[in-house]
Amino acid sequence: MTDQALLRLSGIGKTYESGTKALDGIGFDVSCGGFISLVGPSGCGKSTLLRLIAGLMRPSEGSLNWRDGARPETGFVFQDATLMPWASVFENVYLPLKLKGLAREDCRARIMEALSRVGLSQEAGAMPHALSGGMKMRVSIARALVMEPSLLLMDEPFAALDELTREKLDDDLLTLWKEQSWTVLFVTHSVFEAVYLSERVLIFSHDGRITHDIPIEGGFPRGDAFRESALYFEQAKRVSAALRGEARP
Amino acid sequence: MMRYGTLRILLPLLVGALFIGGWEWLVHTYEIREFVLPAPSRVAEALVQDFGSLMGSLWVTLRVTLAAFLAACLTGIGLAVLFSQSRTVEMAFFPYAVILQVTPVVAIAPLIIIWVGFSRMELALLILAWIVAFFPILSNTVLGLRSVDHNLRDLFRLYGASRWQTLTQLQLPAALPYILTGMKVSGGLALIGAVVAEFAAGSADATGLAWRILEAGNRLQIPKMFAALLLLSLLGIAIFFLLTALEHFLLRRWHESAVKREG
Repeated sequence: MTDQALLRLSGIGKTYESGTKALDGIGFDVSCGGFISLVGPSGCGKSTLLRLIAGLMRPSEGSLNWRDGARPETGFVFQDATLMPWASVFENVYLPLKLKGLAREDCRARIMEALSRVGLSQEAGAMPHALSGGMKMRVSIARALVMEPSLLLMDEPFAALDELTREKLDDDLLTLWKEQSWTVLFVTHSVFEAVYLSERVLIFSHDGRITHDIPIEGGFPRGDAFRESALYFEQAKRVSAALRGEARP
Repeated sequence: MMRYGTLRILLPLLVGALFIGGWEWLVHTYEIREFVLPAPSRVAEALVQDFGSLMGSLWVTLRVTLAAFLAACLTGIGLAVLFSQSRTVEMAFFPYAVILQVTPVVAIAPLIIIWVGFSRMELALLILAWIVAFFPILSNTVLGLRSVDHNLRDLFRLYGASRWQTLTQLQLPAALPYILTGMKVSGGLALIGAVVAEFAAGSADATGLAWRILEAGNRLQIPKMFAALLLLSLLGIAIFFLLTALEHFLLRRWHESAVKREG
């Protein structure tokens, strides 16, 4: 494992009890502070890989080696906002801290800071049902953010949102990523989103293998200029071709 | 334009008034004998005349119903929590809970009365009403505890939540709408159970409203019988409305069924 790698995955395979093989021979390094997108057809094992990395399930084969021997503080953002509907925005963001036994009052400033970073400090007392889809996703990000994670796992977090909201949240995510120096693993079905956000895109085949590991060129911060550049379209084309299996590994 | 809330109260009252008026008219017009169908005015008269004894019986039925309902809540929710913590416990005990549910209370009543003793009739009635009321709370709570969003469950695991934290901060709040639905069903069933148990017990030391109905029927005091029936209905309605109000109070801020939406 290189000094820069936060995590090395070697020969990871996952077969469910039903006999379905979700992942096969997955191996790659996750560099510290990197932004990697995982792209592939539905059911190719991308979400399974995130759950393995989060420690929510065990691999059937292979190993995960962490730089410091253990998984660092990890945040997880799901496709749905996954908020507790009976708790206010504040209480939802407080959840990870509460589970660690920290008192509400001691955490108030930290929670408000996380909410302010996602632009929701005015909505702290609101209930989830009163928020739009985009706002709920922001709460979910604030909840991951409040733990100051080193690693952020995002499983199609913006898939259910409209295009404009999605672009805005992509920009906000990149800003936060740079500010917080997170390492991000981001699952998406959108080739354009993957290219816009990432430093690296991993392409999964339908049988749970990684077929391509494509570095993405273009510095940060990115914005509309990058979205409209030839470089962006060229790379999106490459990723798209790899996804269709037209390019050679 | 009349508000929806006002209509919800006024319409049933209007239907009730029309029904009682029509009933009164029918009895007088066709001179129906009192032991077949007493007029509502005669039922009201009987209610006033026998107010003391009817209220005493109402209190007995209410006491048994409430005690059985509380016992059903405690045991139903408690057992469901136990089931949610261990599949083995659930597999071992759930069939017996089903047996309790499917056994007709009328068939089991004599046995319970003999076991508990004729001198402790109220306790026997309580047990019988509990048997009827217990299962809906158990099955609804089990379903609610199981229906937690699996992503939220994963989130709790990721953040290292203990079993206790997962139960109290995730499973029970998520199951609350299910528990309250179970309670609404069980509230009515506890009353039905108390009445059926009293019928099954016959006249042996039971003095609730069911016994009053039996006694009045045997003496052909039909207006009094109707008065006791009226009190039973009112008690059932009161239980339903109280539990509906509790449900609204607990869910009004967040649950889809209770949250008010514009438009």
